[in-house]
Amino acid sequence: MVFEQKHILGLEELSSDEIRLILDTAESMKEVSERDVKKVPALKGVTVVNLFFEPSTRTRASFEIAEKRLSADVLNFTPTESSVVKGETLLDTARNLEAMGASVIVIRHSMSGAPWLLARELSSSIVNAGDGFHEHPSQALLDLFTVREIKKEISGLKIVIVGDILHSRVARSNIWGFIKLGAEVRVVGPPTMIPRDIEKVDVKVHYNIENALEGVDIVMMLRLQKERQESGLFPSLREYSRFYGLTRERLGLAKADVIVMHPGPINRGVELSSEVADDMHSVILNQVSNGIAVRMAMLYLVASGGGSG
Amino acid sequence: MKILIKDGQLIDPSQEINEVRNLLLSDGKINGYPSDTKELEMDSSVQVIDASGKVVSPGFIDLHVHLREPGFEHKETIRTGCLAAAAGGFTSVVCMPNTNPVNDNASVTEYILLKARTEGVVNVFPVGAITKGQKGQALAEIGEMREAGCVAISDDGRPVMNSRVMRHAMEYAKAFELPVISHAEDLNLSSDGVMNDGFTSTILGLRGIPNASEEIIVARDITLGELTGTHLHIAHVSTAGAVRLIRDAKKRGVKVTGEATPHHFTLNDKAVLNYDTSTKVNPPIRSREDMEAIREGLKDGVLDIIATDHAPHTEDEKKVEFDLAPFGISGLETALPLALRLVEDRILTLTELIRKLTFNPAQIIIRSNRGTLKPGAPADVVIFDPNKTVKVDRDKFFSKGRNTPFHGWRLSGQILYTIVGGEIVFSA
Repeated sequence: MVFEQKHILGLEELSSDEIRLILDTAESMKEVSERDVKKVPALKGVTVVNLFFEPSTRTRASFEIAEKRLSADVLNFTPTESSVVKGETLLDTARNLEAMGASVIVIRHSMSGAPWLLARELSSSIVNAGDGFHEHPSQALLDLFTVREIKKEISGLKIVIVGDILHSRVARSNIWGFIKLGAEVRVVGPPTMIPRDIEKVDVKVHYNIENALEGVDIVMMLRLQKERQESGLFPSLREYSRFYGLTRERLGLAKADVIVMHPGPINRGVELSSEVADDMHSVILNQVSNGIAVRMAMLYLVASGGGSG
Repeated sequence: MKILIKDGQLIDPSQEINEVRNLLLSDGKINGYPSDTKELEMDSSVQVIDASGKVVSPGFIDLHVHLREPGFEHKETIRTGCLAAAAGGFTSVVCMPNTNPVNDNASVTEYILLKARTEGVVNVFPVGAITKGQKGQALAEIGEMREAGCVAISDDGRPVMNSRVMRHAMEYAKAFELPVISHAEDLNLSSDGVMNDGFTSTILGLRGIPNASEEIIVARDITLGELTGTHLHIAHVSTAGAVRLIRDAKKRGVKVTGEATPHHFTLNDKAVLNYDTSTKVNPPIRSREDMEAIREGLKDGVLDIIATDHAPHTEDEKKVEFDLAPFGISGLETALPLALRLVEDRILTLTELIRKLTFNPAQIIIRSNRGTLKPGAPADVVIFDPNKTVKVDRDKFFSKGRNTPFHGWRLSGQILYTIVGGEIVFSA
């Protein structure tokens, strides 16, 4: 199978076969990462720009390592202070980078849809590293990869995503990914943080965490942004944690071999009790190293696939 | 100067005329319907337009446009807005007060009317602000604006949130027989929403504006309309619930009228799916059910008029992140062909459609003899071919605003002539 997408903007746009192809490619990339010399010449001579409008240490570092392992020329551009302050538009900034020879632009932006604007107006391949509340495809792909590695098969698994679904790009991308690969997806959180009509994508909505955890194979915890309290979506961290925090006791309702995931960084004592956070440590680190392999696969496929030709 | 429009299908809902008739215009007025035109055709001072197979109707009246001048001339000027209106078959436009400075006093009104007289090609009727600076607090000098030529008051785009202020505005407007146009939106509920709140906003991760945001204020203003007895006009109705509220209010005898825009009766919020900022408009394009309800409201008469909410913006302003793009669609030059789809879909007859573009808006706001082809009325006339296919090309717009979601659409309906006060201001 040839990867025909020029961009990776979201999991909504990808078919289940394309998702599987990325995951399979990531397996070979993981093998590269385990070698002594962790470098392949796949993207030699290709300039990749990491255009991060939002601070993000981990995603950016992970992309950068992935790019370097593929031998790409890497340019990090963090326009927080320079151009944005001077009033340059997103499009002008990106056009400048393209003029400097960038053929792949990895973009992180606080506003949903920003990567779409670039995909429409530029000729580079665009890789979405997270846009607003919309999608975070590399995170979801690495979550899928990690789950597949542990459980072998995603189809038939039950996953619950817990927390602020409304403002979560990680949730949206994972919902698409897990549904497309045949898992059963539930979401649970305060009704103020469950997006309208989400059940129309074949997701089961719960407001009670105990019911939602019943018999699941995977629990995915989302980070709670404390500013949501100020906008009146929940009354206090204390109450949130009481009704939606994951404790060992609650986790007992899930399957015995349940995996707990968290895109990080964790608010200890809020969405997770400390003991649960410590228990799940191994999976989190596993996710980090898988993240590099998955991002290598994404970059390799868009840069060398049929689409970018 | 005389113009003879020959053999056209004359449709004038104000007189229930729908038949092949000649129309003679002279001295800027409707002269009559001569059946014998031989002498006129021999007279070299008479311009003869062959309208056979075409529709001849009163010029359209758009109760809702943003001409942007003064203050935002890079988006539109009174001149370019009027040219766009003429190209769309509109002979009169009613312009909203959210300019800079705001049209909240007689001197701004006079400036707009002066510009319109010297540079405009269609009739311009300004709407005055309800409150000073559209700040929603102190009443603007409504009486003086009326004297200067304002035909209604509205805080369009920045609705009055304080119900007491709105009550007083509606009471006060009564003394000057001005209707109050409500842009119905609860700003606290809309918050920083950028599109319809629903499945599509969930998928796109964009903040939603719920239907309730409109309906709460429609309900409030209808209630205040009952309290004060003032004519209330609900602008750009976008939700099924708002249609229902207006329907119920009309049944109770409340003096309320309603308006629908072409984008709200043509599109549903799936149009936003690729983050196309030309679909970003306030109130937002709603669900299919809402769109159907608006069509139903047009059909059963709950929604009295069609207006464009013409809101031009520059390409640069729109070519940004969806959250940052300004709200608005440039609507004057696509209104008729979009409206004709209502006829094609058997929602309205052609006569009913023309009524909602001519006589009904004239009745709501311009208490003069416009929107009719009665002899003696101003010679504001449009001639169009309802069957001619046109392809929407934003690069050919007269408006500075190329922000249309209909670019490239193939539609039926071409404006052939627009005549204002007996002068041809547009011909295809």
